[in-house]
Amino acid sequence: MTDWLLDDSPTSRLQANLGRAFRIWTALLRNPLAVVGGIIILVLIAMAIFAPLIAPYSPIGQDLANRLMPPSADHWMGTDELGRDIFSRVVYGARITLLIVTMVAVIAAPIGLIIGAVSGYFGGWTDRILMGVTDIFLSMPKLILALAFVAALGPGIENAIIAIAITSWPAYARIARAETITFREAEFIAAVRLQGASSARVILRHVLPLCASSTIIRVTLDMAGIILTAAGLGFLGLGAQPPLPEWGAMISRGRTFILDQWWVATMPGFAIILVSLGFCFLGDGLRDVLDPKQGDKS
Amino acid sequence: MSAPLLDLDGLTVTFPTARGPVDVVKGISFTLGRERLGIVGESGSGKSMTGRAILRLIRQPGKVSARRMSFDGIDLLSQGERQMRSLRGARMSMVMQDPKFSLNPVMTIGEQIAEALVTHKRLPRRDLKARVLAMLEAVRIHDPARVAGLYPHEVSGGMGQRVMIAMMLIPEPDLLIADEPTSALDVSVQAQVLDIIDDLVTGKGMGLILISHDLNMVARYCDRILVMNSGEIVEECRASDLHSAQHPYTRGLLAAMPRMDEDRDELPVLDRSTWTTGSGT
Amino acid sequence: MDDGIRHMSIAIHLENLTISYGTTAVVHDVSFDVAAGESFALVGESGSGKSTILRAISGLAPEWTGTIEVEGKPRAHAPDRSFAETCQMVFQDPYGSLHPRKTVDTCLAEPLAIHGIGGRDNRVKDMLAAVGLDQRFRFRFPHQLSGGQRQRVAIARALMLEPRVLLLDEPTSALDVSVQAEILNLLKKLRRDQGLTYLTVTHNLPVVSFLCDRLAVMRHGRIVEIADVADLKTGRLAAPYSRELFAASGGTLQPA
Repeated sequence: MTDWLLDDSPTSRLQANLGRAFRIWTALLRNPLAVVGGIIILVLIAMAIFAPLIAPYSPIGQDLANRLMPPSADHWMGTDELGRDIFSRVVYGARITLLIVTMVAVIAAPIGLIIGAVSGYFGGWTDRILMGVTDIFLSMPKLILALAFVAALGPGIENAIIAIAITSWPAYARIARAETITFREAEFIAAVRLQGASSARVILRHVLPLCASSTIIRVTLDMAGIILTAAGLGFLGLGAQPPLPEWGAMISRGRTFILDQWWVATMPGFAIILVSLGFCFLGDGLRDVLDPKQGDKS
Repeated sequence: MSAPLLDLDGLTVTFPTARGPVDVVKGISFTLGRERLGIVGESGSGKSMTGRAILRLIRQPGKVSARRMSFDGIDLLSQGERQMRSLRGARMSMVMQDPKFSLNPVMTIGEQIAEALVTHKRLPRRDLKARVLAMLEAVRIHDPARVAGLYPHEVSGGMGQRVMIAMMLIPEPDLLIADEPTSALDVSVQAQVLDIIDDLVTGKGMGLILISHDLNMVARYCDRILVMNSGEIVEECRASDLHSAQHPYTRGLLAAMPRMDEDRDELPVLDRSTWTTGSGT
Repeated sequence: MDDGIRHMSIAIHLENLTISYGTTAVVHDVSFDVAAGESFALVGESGSGKSTILRAISGLAPEWTGTIEVEGKPRAHAPDRSFAETCQMVFQDPYGSLHPRKTVDTCLAEPLAIHGIGGRDNRVKDMLAAVGLDQRFRFRFPHQLSGGQRQRVAIARALMLEPRVLLLDEPTSALDVSVQAEILNLLKKLRRDQGLTYLTVTHNLPVVSFLCDRLAVMRHGRIVEIADVADLKTGRLAAPYSRELFAASGGTLQPA
């Protein structure tokens, strides 16, 4: 199988593309930090999928007799102020974190990519107008804009996701535009224009694939920031609403007890740190692996 | 019989790749006196790597090894980085291909040339200025005071290359390695620049290694020629004897070049099976 | 009637062509004709404007005044689909003229897809064979090809739409001598087999001797001389600048 994938002379487009993906994969595996990051993300995904099997208790079931118990054999991360098992809540909270991060990426990245690519390709007034709009969004502090949106639309996960997505797309637009400007005058773009390709075709099929890798890297690195913004909103009570086990909201609740029952706030905090780190490592690893191919001259 | 300026025996440069270590220079040997030596080859022949290996400019993960690599009696392989720095510029210099990339864009020309001198010798400012202007004149730049105040992007390619030469020769080294010094220049300017290199090198009794892909140019400006292919030296001859070269690769290259008075219907193409090379595809 | 016949035998007609980038004119008042089936060279050093003329003909340099006609039809100031079937361009840098993320197969099939031409599989296979590339290169990416192989793909791509006129911008300048010979042979053969018209830009005079019938020497955006290649081969170029260029390229001058 490996030989087929690494074959120097593929006999079909499928083989060629799979072979390329395989080479990127093996290169990524050679980077220990990227592997660590990848494992963390995989654990996150596993926790989210298999939450009912992993969590020993219900995440919302209260047990007031056992409130604020320290970590023990029964409750690995202790219990919170309503007697709920924190470990189970962290495990179920992975679902929420994953949902937020995925939805934001899926909404913000394509919007940013297209706006940036169109802006960079056409230049002139299109560029000025689109970048003006982008700059307006970029100049607002992320958390405050997200706050304003949530305040307008009402608290809840869906609105938190939309709010964060709205503050994230401008950065991707900027990156896509910078990349597009680099290739705009390239000979391979000139060649396809000379074949009679429409601007839409050039942008969709030729420019966007080239912007994709830097956008993927940026999105992965941004995941940490997205988690933190969601946690911040949750902390302020504007994200997921109780009794949902969103990690940020859990930290907020645990604030009152931080001195005596440190585990209530700290455990979800660890989870956030670990997942953010995981995305950072993975993103860095992707950058090392994806970028050289773009400028490959050998 | 004086000792050679440069003595290389079994120079090998190795780079790790996904398929295992690859030798880009495969155990080549040659000596250089105070003469002009041309190293000719196509891309991938290892000629540029040889030049860089001599100056110990090849960094990790590349590895340089040799049975002997000595410059004027000094064993280059055993020199530490600090000692190499005192040799580079002062005793051995390199002129590179494109002045657009090899000159510092944020320093004026005068400053850069002065820096090249000051790195190896402390001089009072007045003397420094005089030396810089004298060097600019030596590379035939007529208005040295004005040019010294310009930035690299304000001068043409040919002038930029002459500035590069000035910078590399002002500390009066014994060996100059010129790596494709005229490839980025227009044809009419190439001859000027090569003439300048030639004058300065023979005038000061320096050794010159001229690395190029252009066989005819090297034949015109050098005393001896080495032809490299896939990391090996396939031919060594006097420049005047180039057209009676023996090795099939050299003969193939000479035949494959179109001539000014071309009358062939088809150019003879290199038959790579007449010698074994490492290159694939 | 006479005009019709004249136009049919002239592939490229340039008259009083002036090309500008912004407010600076880089090509001044250039006029020449390239006959159908002819191989014409534009020779000059950097800054002479020779590549800019190719860009104006193909529509990539929109600011020009004067007349450009290809096969009798006046040119627009932008690329257009019908023109794509008449005239294509081969670019200089084999490393920059192929999209790094597309296989050779996709690259060659693209012009067919744009123009809705069927039978792509066979056409791609045939074209690879015509430019001397083995079928095993068909699904490789550009970084898996050597410079010469990439240039062959660029030539194949240019010929997919079966144009009659080919604009060549320094097609072998970035290639090694041995590879250059192969590509020059290929270009000569293709032109003979398909009756193509070539307009080649180059600074390399011996290449002109091999590949072209006539040449125009350019300097600072103006044509200095138009000559037959026989004059080049025998060192009898007339204009002083042409003779300088000739001598600097290693030629032996004869009295003009």
